[in-house]
Amino acid sequence: MSDWIDIAPLNDVPRRGARVVKTRAGCVAVFRTADDSVFALDNTCPHKKGPLAEGIVHGAAVTCPLHNWVISLETGRVKAPDEGQVTTYPARVENGRILLDGAFLRARSAA
Amino acid sequence: MRQKLIVIGAGMASGRMIEHLVETNPDAYDITLFNAEPRGNYNRIMLSPVLSGEKTYEEIVTHDDAWYAAHGVTCRLGERVDHIDRAAKTVTAANGDVLPYDKLVFGTGSNPFIIPLPGHDLQGVIAYRDLEDTQRMMSMTSGNKVVVIGGGLLGLEAAAGMAARGADVTVVHIMGHLMERQLDEAAGYLLRKALVDKGITVRCSANSKEILGENGHVRALLLDDGTELPCDLLVMAVGIRPNTKLAADSGLAVGRGIHVDDQMVTSDKDILAVGECVEHNGAIFGLVAPLYDQAKVAAATLLNEAAAFEQKELSTKLKVTGCDLFSAGDFAEGEGREDIVFRDPGRGVYRRLVVEENRIVGAVMYGDTADSNWFFGLIRDKTDIAEMRETVIFGPAYQGGAPLDPLAAVAALPPEAEICGCNGICKGKIVEAIEGGATDLGAVRAVTKASNSCGTCTGLVEQVLAVTLGDDFVLPTAQPICGCTDLTHEDVRRMIKSQALKSMAAVWQECAWKTVDGCHVCRPALNYYLLADWPIEYKDDPQSRFINERKHANIQKDGTFSVVPRMWGGITNARELRAIADAADKYNVPTVKVTGGQRIDLLGVRGEDLPAMWADLNAAGMVSGHAYSKGLRTVKTCVGTDHCRFGTQDSTGLGIKLEKALWGSWTPHKVKMGVSGCPRNCAEATCKDVGIVCVDSGYQIGVGGAAGMDLKEIQPLAQVATEEEVMALTIAFVQLYRENAKYLDRPYKFIAKVGLDWIKERIVDDLSERAALVERFGVSQSVYQIDPWAEHAQTKAETYQPLANLTLEAAE
Ligand code: SRM
Ligand SMILES: Cc1cc2nc3c(=O)[nH]c(=O)nc-3n(C[C@H](O)[C@H](O)[C@H](O)COP(=O)(O)OP(=O)(O)OC[C@H]3O[C@@H](n4cnc5c(N)ncnc54)[C@H](O)[C@@H]3O)c2cc1C
Ligand code: SF4
Ligand code: FES
Repeated sequence: MSDWIDIAPLNDVPRRGARVVKTRAGCVAVFRTADDSVFALDNTCPHKKGPLAEGIVHGAAVTCPLHNWVISLETGRVKAPDEGQVTTYPARVENGRILLDGAFLRARSAA
Repeated sequence: MRQKLIVIGAGMASGRMIEHLVETNPDAYDITLFNAEPRGNYNRIMLSPVLSGEKTYEEIVTHDDAWYAAHGVTCRLGERVDHIDRAAKTVTAANGDVLPYDKLVFGTGSNPFIIPLPGHDLQGVIAYRDLEDTQRMMSMTSGNKVVVIGGGLLGLEAAAGMAARGADVTVVHIMGHLMERQLDEAAGYLLRKALVDKGITVRCSANSKEILGENGHVRALLLDDGTELPCDLLVMAVGIRPNTKLAADSGLAVGRGIHVDDQMVTSDKDILAVGECVEHNGAIFGLVAPLYDQAKVAAATLLNEAAAFEQKELSTKLKVTGCDLFSAGDFAEGEGREDIVFRDPGRGVYRRLVVEENRIVGAVMYGDTADSNWFFGLIRDKTDIAEMRETVIFGPAYQGGAPLDPLAAVAALPPEAEICGCNGICKGKIVEAIEGGATDLGAVRAVTKASNSCGTCTGLVEQVLAVTLGDDFVLPTAQPICGCTDLTHEDVRRMIKSQALKSMAAVWQECAWKTVDGCHVCRPALNYYLLADWPIEYKDDPQSRFINERKHANIQKDGTFSVVPRMWGGITNARELRAIADAADKYNVPTVKVTGGQRIDLLGVRGEDLPAMWADLNAAGMVSGHAYSKGLRTVKTCVGTDHCRFGTQDSTGLGIKLEKALWGSWTPHKVKMGVSGCPRNCAEATCKDVGIVCVDSGYQIGVGGAAGMDLKEIQPLAQVATEEEVMALTIAFVQLYRENAKYLDRPYKFIAKVGLDWIKERIVDDLSERAALVERFGVSQSVYQIDPWAEHAQTKAETYQPLANLTLEAAE
């Protein structure tokens, strides 16, 4: 069962940008792409914990600000030749508001 | 006995429904048709060609009096239905007549949305919905000024129609690009360009504030930024709302629209609804294709036949002559989606397909929409495109054959095929030149001028070389900026200047970018080039900047930041030091360090604390030191004549003047300066990008020093007598560097490419060029010399905080 939590208006996140949501188990980065798709990922780069929300967003990917690893927003996978995986969370936009799946976030806090 | 059917609204949906009814069973119903407009059914979507003069109203009438008479439809045109009594099954017309029905159909369409701006009820403020609106707009000709609010389908058709009649039209659109719901940025850019070519002024990201009037009539539109746009007519085309009032008043289930089921039946089994007034499965409608499907289903339902309405993919075309534009499906990026992008800048063509699991789910095309139906078919039928993936973007003509080999395609071109559009050079001429001994790109350029202007055909010319010379030709290995393009930094800079490209989308299109919106390598470079070349027109894009420049602080390895206030020329005082100390205490700064640049670094600050800390430092008179920027960093000075027994000139004062003149400017790489009071050089001026050494007779200026990964000593530029000359030469040098260097080249690399003599010719010898450079720098500084700390602390502080805090949520 999913229960969607209303986070904020979509426009609070800039296009090709990100903001973080604080949770009990650390920060989740919420990304908005050029065409208004929204993605949520752990805000931690698998390389050396770079804060992904501070990266440059292009297409459906983000470049980590510390050493330029490129991470897919859709799958959380790190683009070759680098390797790694970032946890992703269900996110969607409804009536101009960003919603995250509370069940997933709680599962994460419990883990 | 025939049943009585009453239809409310003679619109496109209900009109189609009546056609189906009378065709299938002309004897089933006695039909009475009410319409609030004083006319029967016409093709509303063709109002735009009527407006532009391409059609007359008579040509777009769907049902005339003769048609209604022939099919026995009783018309009450110009009469609205005011009331419905569902229990008694009667409707009440505006004149009080009460008519009984067996079945009732709503086809009331929608109402244009009017933004309730102050002044929206002035005369001369209209929407775009019916013939009256159209006629009002048709009266606008040369000499009239019109403002259209709304850069969507309707607004643009209104604008183009009035422009075609000679009116001076401005479109005001709140979003960053036109038709943002149907188009992506790149197609929006091409559309804007085409409209501008038609003489229409387009203002995007513009917020309307108030409609100004005079004697009860509209006079101008006032924007948020204070701009007044004078107008004789103001057209609002910002959206529609389903017309549901009558339905709601009669107690039918209504959400955004009138609720209907798959059979188009409302919450009352004897009442149906079709068209823009309905809501079906949460969706409302604004294009005729689904309405026609609804009309068919409603007719069947009325005749007790089985039918069900199904929502399908929709496509949009803009009806503006000369703007070929098509969009269909869903082209948002999403889970597992990939883009295929094709751009042909020469023809102004853009195509983008969104592919998900080998199926096309969305398509946007501009410039050449001939294949749009084919693509729409692939979307609708969910065709598997795995087999044709490589070539699908080129359209149906390229399917079934071998994959395209660009060289073979060039080889197949006839001699008269044009290669270089700018200079009108055909393939034959280039081949002739090659056979005459021009065996590389430079030589072909020199002989024929091909690819010598905008440069976009460079690749083609090289291919002609390759085809003609065979194995003798080796493709030069110019380094493209990144994987998004084949062009080099130099090519792109040239394009931005020569083609007057003033937006990121313009560069992506005209330089044939291969990705939708670039990457972390090209975007910062493009952002820099655009703001350096078009400081007034281009708006800086923070999202294309590396985090340090976006947040005006250096990111540290643990995600915290450092804060470095400016200390002009290395001079500080007790008040500033106290404010720094207070800030260090207040925000628990773990490390305070004196930098190599004569100022103080507060390291380990939390991102959330930045705006407050900046505000505190601002209060003590300090501004950002730009220790993070590709811009002016520090101007190191020594104590000079004020205290030093060897000082020859006021090196500290000059350093401060330089820093005050140059701070805030963005440059291709960082720029550091130093001013030493004598050749002992205590300010280390000789290893700075610009270094000044004071001597008895004046000032020795050198450029191109560095002490980073390469150790470079400055090269002498000039020796001058006055501070004014130092200022002018330094500024001219920095501006020359700003306008011409490759992004991330320090000045010494730039000088190595163009030669010190080239620089001296321009800024030392040519006084008018020097003055022009200084002036252009001034224009840029008028925009960019602002303290970003103050700006962010005042207007953006919110964005430094988390979007939401869920740590306080009760645990499950
Ligand atoms: C703080 C400071 C070291 C210090 O504690 O003294 C420093 C710190 C950094 N330097 Fe530096 N440089 C500092 C003076 C210098 C100097 C000395 C000088 O300016 O006189 C140099 C050599 C001179 C020169 O630039 O030619 C210097 C040459 C570099 C370079 C190499 C540049 C090059 O062209 O090769 C980099 C890398 C880069 O910029 O790409 C760099 C980059 C960096 C970065 C920004 C690394 C990074 O990307 O995170 C460091 C940021 C630390 C921070 O968060 O604040 N830093 N750096 C100095 C700040 C000066 C200031 O007040 O703004
Ligand atoms: C300028 C313009 C261009 C367009 N271009 C396109 C296009 O290119 N492609 C496309 O697919 N769509 C286009 N559209 C949209 C399309 O025209 C509409 O989707 C379509 O007309 C809606 O049909 P409808 O029958 O629901 O409503 P309408 O055609 O609006 O008909 C509703 C009618 O009901 C009448 N009415 C309302 N209330 C009452 C009442 N109480 N009593 C009696 N009568 C009442 C109204 O007066 C109106 O005449 C365009 C629209 C406009 C305005
Ligand atoms: S020298 Fe290297 S480690 Fe030290 S501050 Fe500069 S970049 Fe960082
Ligand atoms: S921490 Fe992200 S790339 Fe190194």
